[in-house]
Amino acid sequence: MTTTYLLSRIAVMALVTYLIRMLPFVLVRGKIENRFVRSFLYYIPYTVLAAMVLPDMLFATSYVWSALVGLVVAAVLALWGKKLITVALCACGSVYVAELILGLFL
Amino acid sequence: MKRGIRDGIPIFLGYLSVSFSFGIAAVGKALPVWSVILTSLTNVTSAGQLAGVSLIAIFAGVGELALTQLIINIRYALMSLSLSQHVDRSMTTGNRLICAFFMTDEIFALCRAQEKPVSNRYMMGVGLISVLGWGLGTTLGALAGGILPPSVCIALNPALYAMFIALVLPQAKKERAVLWVASISAGLHCVVRLAPVLRELSSGFALILCAVAAACVGAWLFPKKEA
Repeated sequence: MTTTYLLSRIAVMALVTYLIRMLPFVLVRGKIENRFVRSFLYYIPYTVLAAMVLPDMLFATSYVWSALVGLVVAAVLALWGKKLITVALCACGSVYVAELILGLFL
Repeated sequence: MKRGIRDGIPIFLGYLSVSFSFGIAAVGKALPVWSVILTSLTNVTSAGQLAGVSLIAIFAGVGELALTQLIINIRYALMSLSLSQHVDRSMTTGNRLICAFFMTDEIFALCRAQEKPVSNRYMMGVGLISVLGWGLGTTLGALAGGILPPSVCIALNPALYAMFIALVLPQAKKERAVLWVASISAGLHCVVRLAPVLRELSSGFALILCAVAAACVGAWLFPKKEA
């Protein structure tokens, strides 16, 4: 694998990916008026986020049970209105502890 | 900028662990370390990069490489379109050219879920800290692959997911429609990812398919008066 080969292929990947991201962001300047489209664009982040959490989160740790602990801790703190970083760190901490405890029995 | 960096810390932590495994995988395909790091810093995608380095490793054609990136990453076009409706006036054309580079699933969702339209500085803050995590994780993975204990990596994994939960649930509590669309999307995704045949779909495609379907249901059943 020569340097030229690698550089050219990485450039192709980067260019295609950048154009996909850049064109709609730069070209669409005005407000979209269609109500269905506006509602769709409003809901899309929530549906993307929800689908990223489930089912993937359950398989992201050593055990499903420790992932469930993290999920419950995150959900409770989120509903309680805690900051993003607090929710994230507490979930990591609780999963770490849960894995230590589960590791003793499994 | 500061607020963006602070809100981006969960993404930083999550990216650290995800890109760490990418670094290990890519070096395992016999690519030199520098090219793996360069790939991460210029692409900032997960599924796209992994598919890309796999193709590079087997000397696949440029057309196939470009087409694969297009298919896996086309979802970002939709996200860019959505976020174009939720930025303030500081987002000039020049700033859009730069910020577009940061349009990942996570950064998009964080910015779009902000109550007020996002500013250039906020998105730059989120983007910079996230790319830092992505590059750093890749570098560590590429250099130190099998040496670090996996428990360190696993302990970081929940960061991203917890952040996603923290973005969805408070809004779902306020707005019944958000609870519905989020539940439909997650439920659909579980089915698509776990059911036979359907689980053969590429993960990026499965994700966007479910998200689009659920958002369509939402737009149809609960159209927003002023979205």
